[in-house]
Amino acid sequence: MSFIASPFRLRRLGVLGMNRRNADFIMRYNPRHLYPLVDDKLLTKNLALARGIAVPELYAVISEQHEGKDLALILGEREDFVIKPSHGSGGNGILVVCGRFGNSFRKPSGDLITLAAMQHHVSNILSGMYSLGGMPDQAIIEYRVKFDPFFEHISFQGVPDIRVIVFRGVPVAAMVRLPTRASDGKANLHQGAMGIGIDLATGKSRDGVFRGLSCDIHPDTGHSTLGITIPHWESILRLAIQCADTVGLGYLGADIVMDRDLGPLMLELNARPGLTVQVANQRGLLLNLNQIDAMPTLPAGVDERLRLAQSLRGPTEKLTDKVS
Amino acid sequence: MKNVAVLVWAAILIVSGLSICAYKAINLGMPVKADQETTVWTVQARISFQGEGGPAIVDLSVPSVLPGFLKLDENFIASRYGMAIDQSGDQRKVQWVKRRAYGAETLYYRISVAASEQASPWLDQPALPSPPNYEEPYATAIRTIISDVRQESADVFTYTRELLRQLNAPQANQNVALLRARANTPHEWANQVIEILKGVRIPARVLWALPLNDATNDARMIPLLQVHNGKTWLVFNPATGDSGLPASFLPWRIGDAALYRVTGGHDIDAKFSVTRSHRELLDVVRRGAELKGSIFSDLSLLSLPVHSQNIYRVLLMVPLGALIVVLMRTFVGVSTFGTFMPVLIALAFRETQLLWGIVLFSMIVSIGLMLRFYLERLMLLLVPRLTAILVIVVGLMLLTSLITNKLGVERTLSVALFPMVILSMTIERMSITWEESGARDAILNGLGSLLIASLSYLVMNQRDLEHLMFVFPELLLVVLGLSLLMGRYTGYRLSELRRFRNFRGEAAHK
Repeated sequence: MSFIASPFRLRRLGVLGMNRRNADFIMRYNPRHLYPLVDDKLLTKNLALARGIAVPELYAVISEQHEGKDLALILGEREDFVIKPSHGSGGNGILVVCGRFGNSFRKPSGDLITLAAMQHHVSNILSGMYSLGGMPDQAIIEYRVKFDPFFEHISFQGVPDIRVIVFRGVPVAAMVRLPTRASDGKANLHQGAMGIGIDLATGKSRDGVFRGLSCDIHPDTGHSTLGITIPHWESILRLAIQCADTVGLGYLGADIVMDRDLGPLMLELNARPGLTVQVANQRGLLLNLNQIDAMPTLPAGVDERLRLAQSLRGPTEKLTDKVS
Repeated sequence: MKNVAVLVWAAILIVSGLSICAYKAINLGMPVKADQETTVWTVQARISFQGEGGPAIVDLSVPSVLPGFLKLDENFIASRYGMAIDQSGDQRKVQWVKRRAYGAETLYYRISVAASEQASPWLDQPALPSPPNYEEPYATAIRTIISDVRQESADVFTYTRELLRQLNAPQANQNVALLRARANTPHEWANQVIEILKGVRIPARVLWALPLNDATNDARMIPLLQVHNGKTWLVFNPATGDSGLPASFLPWRIGDAALYRVTGGHDIDAKFSVTRSHRELLDVVRRGAELKGSIFSDLSLLSLPVHSQNIYRVLLMVPLGALIVVLMRTFVGVSTFGTFMPVLIALAFRETQLLWGIVLFSMIVSIGLMLRFYLERLMLLLVPRLTAILVIVVGLMLLTSLITNKLGVERTLSVALFPMVILSMTIERMSITWEESGARDAILNGLGSLLIASLSYLVMNQRDLEHLMFVFPELLLVVLGLSLLMGRYTGYRLSELRRFRNFRGEAAHK
């Protein structure tokens, strides 16, 4: 274990760095005018609905500060929902409620939150506290995903989601993000969630990453995360491909959740997906990205692209040369 | 290819920036280091006389052509005199006139010069002299010397040099000794040489120069010999035979006409004093560029009013601070609050000095952060909350000033300009990061911002660098070129080398 890695070694292993991601992929394949489609979650949701992509049901949108006063009215009898900022980033500002106790609401952690505190949260969202650049924002109230019992042993409060990186409409990497106690039920690696790499061809779990380090046991439940197979794997990948087609971004992170009753749902899209998926998979992104990048044309059909994604090979001699 | 375009643009920008910079440094002599000084000589001619009650006319020869010098300043000081300057050819004269001059009258002429590389040639075109009729016994001696020298020379320059060598030879032959005996003063000696040169039809004249020695109160002009070779005037020292104008001699006048003349006065006295001083090289060079009519003197920031100059001194350093931010973010991978907030913090440090700035910044931010966490519980709207933080920050600064003032620390007054809005924004962003991503991230980002701010401050406060950017603002082109280059850096960041240090890669995993 060395203090730092050699850049030549990372190059050979096809590890994608932040500068390269920004310059060669995001800037080249993600035209700026398409960003609002993914940065505005409300817009993404409506686009997806129009294309027949499954998303969590939208309950209400709050756009004006004064509407916050009527929060109790808007919520009605609901006791199971999620409030999130339309322009949030990095999972910030998301409030999950899974129960009600008089005038208080219960979070998945069991903590109670008063209606007043919730109104303040909504007001913060509206005034742009969680949006990029502090622009005034909207608050979305939507269906809380009930996670598939499949994840029961390897998740701690909150919903695991599946992050698929889609390049030019072809999935190139995927991981499952498991909430932990440290992440406060959020499926964001940056906040302490655990990531498990998933083999594109089989849907089988590979390696895991927790707090930036390799790990294959869920830190809270103690269950091994090795060798599990994600159910409905192909439909998840298909959904990711459809999402990419919908917004037209060339380099995209699609966050998909598995609902107990409704199956795979698109939660949100990300125009600047992070690099940790490489650690989770112990596989450099460039290996697959370069293969796709070298293809002059790609098949139009969703299923053909799914096959292509599942046929992406590991590093061969020839490929290693190309990468380094 | 995008990369090629970037490289080409960067190359064009960097090369053109450096070329303009090099031109200004080499051709105009602009100093590349701060506080460079140059020697300035001030020569004062003082003419005093007793007026006789009638009209007085004072004539004084003043320097005209100054090869190897740059004239910085010239003053004519005489009370209630009419003044006229007459320039004829290489000669320049000032004439002061007064209707009635009683008693002691004093007039001054003052000139300041600095050594300079620039050449300014004498322009007079002389007529070819006709050989004089020398009287015996000198005629024979002169003729012998003339023919001896002719044997050993090829042109005007070598002829003069050889003539002076023979005339000044330590072992003088009979002919030379005869001529030497006739000249009693250096002036007569110079005229003797001119007479001989007339014999071979070489135009020659006397150039009077003032030796520049510091703190001389009664400097005497030294006669030098000038010969015309058909194109320009060459200078020789008739007493030694050395060619060229000696370095510390200020050419003052030409020919045998009197240096000064006073009519209508008696007890006439003229004194030439020389003093040496030092002046900022930049001022001198600028003056030189102005006289040359170079466009760079008009475009120089030094032509702006002083207060705008001071603003630009700071402003021109901001791109360098930004360059540090780029370096630290794309090559090292330090995370900060906001992109250029560290530069703004660094600017604030200018007011407080580094150490005190860091202490003050950390103190105000931590106290502000604590109060901010309490405000969170009050559930205020965003903008009013920010305002509340701003008010708290101003209050905190006031308090620090009062306390440190009581303790007798002087630094506090400069705190006034410590930008409060930057502090408030830092506190707000830090508290959000704290809530959302945990204390670790918040503190790391805070330290990252502080680190980059300190580095930027250290770079932006280099006096020599500030001077460079101010005198050579075209270096901005170089900074622009560098940022284009860095914009296409797609390699790993230092932080990523650490982040992926345990990366095994798929091959090893299987």
